[in-house]
Amino acid sequence: MHRTRVRVAEDALDANTTIAQANRADFDRESVAVVNLMSAPGAGKTTLLEAVFREGLGDIRPGVLEGDVQGSLDADRLAHFHVPVTQLNTDGGFGGECHLDANMVRTALPEVGLEEIDLLIIENVGNLVCPAEFRVGEDAKAMVCSVTEGEDKPLKYPLMFRTCELVVVNKIDLLPHLEYDLDELLHNIESVNPGVDVVQTSARTGEGVELFREWLMGVGERARAVA
Amino acid sequence: MHELSLSSAILETALRHAEERKVNSVELTVGALRQVVPSSLEFYWGIVTRDTVCEGSALNLTEVEARVECKACPAEPWTLDNPIFRCPSCGGSDVEVLAGTEFFVESIDVEEEACTVRG
Repeated sequence: MHRTRVRVAEDALDANTTIAQANRADFDRESVAVVNLMSAPGAGKTTLLEAVFREGLGDIRPGVLEGDVQGSLDADRLAHFHVPVTQLNTDGGFGGECHLDANMVRTALPEVGLEEIDLLIIENVGNLVCPAEFRVGEDAKAMVCSVTEGEDKPLKYPLMFRTCELVVVNKIDLLPHLEYDLDELLHNIESVNPGVDVVQTSARTGEGVELFREWLMGVGERARAVA
Repeated sequence: MHELSLSSAILETALRHAEERKVNSVELTVGALRQVVPSSLEFYWGIVTRDTVCEGSALNLTEVEARVECKACPAEPWTLDNPIFRCPSCGGSDVEVLAGTEFFVESIDVEEEACTVRG
């Protein structure tokens, strides 16, 4: 027996990227734009989506792929808005993963009904670390950062903030009750991801939600323009 | 949990190239901008490789610093110590990341059957 060095020279996440590309091909075939929506747990992703669906997205038909470790609480909330929602639990055979990856999304696609929607919003598992690493075939990534989380979040989780096209700063209705420096957060976001789009919202009062709606509609229109 | 997923991904790549030969070590390059804790990765490597040809193998990490270059001014590329993507010379934000995002399996070291010479 002797030792041999075998050259590999592959990205360790190649397998995930390959599956993400297969997902992308399915989305393109059905002319569906896809947004990967991420945040820390409790930042307000689901409440924001409820606020968006209350108004609708014009003639863009949305669908949701809801990612959670366990349960269907978020999917149940969104189902009230007559938007097709598919629940994907990471504890359903995937060992309770803390993020969605391309393979998990691929297994859920047959249930999603891509031919009936124009925009798929993948609501990822609440987590500021892992989801940023795993592409799932999306057109755009967006994240929600709430003002109850600390101004230094961008410095502590730079990959998440850098991988997103849009940062939604949520829960701004709470600002009068907090000792929070919003300018410091905005400065830190700009330092970590210069030029990234930022909108400020309150999912609870509805303030600023229009901006998030418009961004979602813009992503939907982009897919149509290419189709 | 994060390093568990990453270890599994590395294992899948290594097994594919090992072609059932015993693996002694895996050489991995990890950029500073990837969210990898080396000791955690090594810990999970020991777990995911059980009952595979990679069991007992070493995971050798080469860490790559984050290097950034300003596109707007002639300043030399610099190494990032903190995640501030602004040029220290001109303060501009038109910067390019030159290094630090790698997560590469470079090579694996395997046991090969010795050639037998037939006389």
